Amino acid sequence: MTRIPIVIDGRTVEAEPETTVAAALLNDGIWGFRSSVESEPRGPVCAMGICFECRVTIDGIPHRRACMELCRPGMEIETGG
Amino acid sequence: MAETLKTEVTVVGAGPAGIAAACRAAESGARVLLLDENPRAGGQIWRGTRCGRGPAGARRWLARLSDSSARLVDTTAVVDTDGDGGLLVERRGEALVVEGERLIVASGARELFLPFPGWTLPNVLGVGGGQALLKSGVSFRGRKIVIAGSGPLLLPVAAALATSGAHLRLVAEQAPAHRVHGFALSCWRYPGKLIEATRYRAAFLATAYRTGVWAVAARGDDRVEEVVLTDGHRSWTEPCDYLLASYGLVPNLELPRLLGCAVDNDRVTVDDHQLTTVDDVYCAGEPTGIGGLELALVEGEIAGLAAAGRDREETALAGRRRRLERFAAALAHAFAPRQELAERVEVDTTICRCEDVAWKQLHPAGSFRQAKLATRVGMGPCQGRVCGPALALLRGWEADRVRPPLRVSTLGVLASRSKGPAGH
Repeated sequence: MTRIPIVIDGRTVEAEPETTVAAALLNDGIWGFRSSVESEPRGPVCAMGICFECRVTIDGIPHRRACMELCRPGMEIETGG
Repeated sequence: MAETLKTEVTVVGAGPAGIAAACRAAESGARVLLLDENPRAGGQIWRGTRCGRGPAGARRWLARLSDSSARLVDTTAVVDTDGDGGLLVERRGEALVVEGERLIVASGARELFLPFPGWTLPNVLGVGGGQALLKSGVSFRGRKIVIAGSGPLLLPVAAALATSGAHLRLVAEQAPAHRVHGFALSCWRYPGKLIEATRYRAAFLATAYRTGVWAVAARGDDRVEEVVLTDGHRSWTEPCDYLLASYGLVPNLELPRLLGCAVDNDRVTVDDHQLTTVDDVYCAGEPTGIGGLELALVEGEIAGLAAAGRDREETALAGRRRRLERFAAALAHAFAPRQELAERVEVDTTICRCEDVAWKQLHPAGSFRQAKLATRVGMGPCQGRVCGPALALLRGWEADRVRPPLRVSTLGVLASRSKGPAGH
């Protein structure tokens, strides 16, 4: 199956088919997905949509759970929000 | 007004219980809608199952589901009741109302997380969280991993990680040796479970599996780099790229509680037909008591038959359900979190990860409600799903009343309720 081009913080990378955004970010060496109320880096914890720690901006929409979204071609992901 | 979907049986949750319920109800001739938040059916345990991939049982049930007339509505979260017997749900930012004559709640379970110094560092995950990430496509090849948690889930997760090429350094079970061994001995009645456990253990033989060991702190700069472990006498440090630390499962009771179903001791009260105390609302799987895959399937089948009016066909399943319930009780006893896990918390330890509320801020409060008002604990986007069960254990606080919306949602979705909010 062909790999899926996605854009992470302005860089184009290729994700494997059927991977979630969370998986694509971790595989790209990003573990701080967002910044907490006290500005601590946070990343996925439950990976099943419960904890909301993996929130990123996807195609301009903030607070999307990276663990609940499959990578789609051309998807733009912003971390650190 | 939101679009309305009408059906006979609505099933919430497409994990094993929901899939079994949807299949049985649909095969009995009922019109069935199966809702799930995830993009694929399978729940947590069958995540990542596709054609030619995943356990045979999972593939069989998923094939049975797609052969049935049940319609899967994926990427869909229940937000509220619509005030009129239906459910207000959100799908890709749009509101929908689902009106079913009967409802089967199969909302599953989440992991129990307990706070300890450093647990908020990136790459400190749940045990099931690690498994979910692996199934979602994360490559752990060559990564140093320590698992320090509890329960039978440790074995398949360790096996899967080792098989995927991870450098698994230690598997630590917090339960003491005598409990774990006693449980293993009691498993002679369930040879299938023992064979399964042995098969998993064989997949990570290069790594120690130690009972009576738990993590006391995670350390690192911008992610976990090492974990401090203890056996109660001696402490030591293990370097790691990922730490998997969670302590079994807690049921997702928000929807049944919102619907008014009686809950006793963290279990939705159900009768022999999986019927709750609310008319036409059934419940199956983990919310009726943590029991694992096979019990969830049996309960789902019973609920599906009952909701389709085929009660008499359930009898054959009732015996299996009783046997599996005994196994679940033994499991809960063996892997109960030890007191020392609650004693790891320090004054500055973050308890509420959404709002960054530290232990010392909670100290004066006497109840979850008081603490919420004073500190915003449990009021972030997870709505207390992580810190709530932790505070039940740390402080003995009962969960606060469930209030809609059940999920963070948009004003547009919330505005599409056909009636005013309950109680107004």
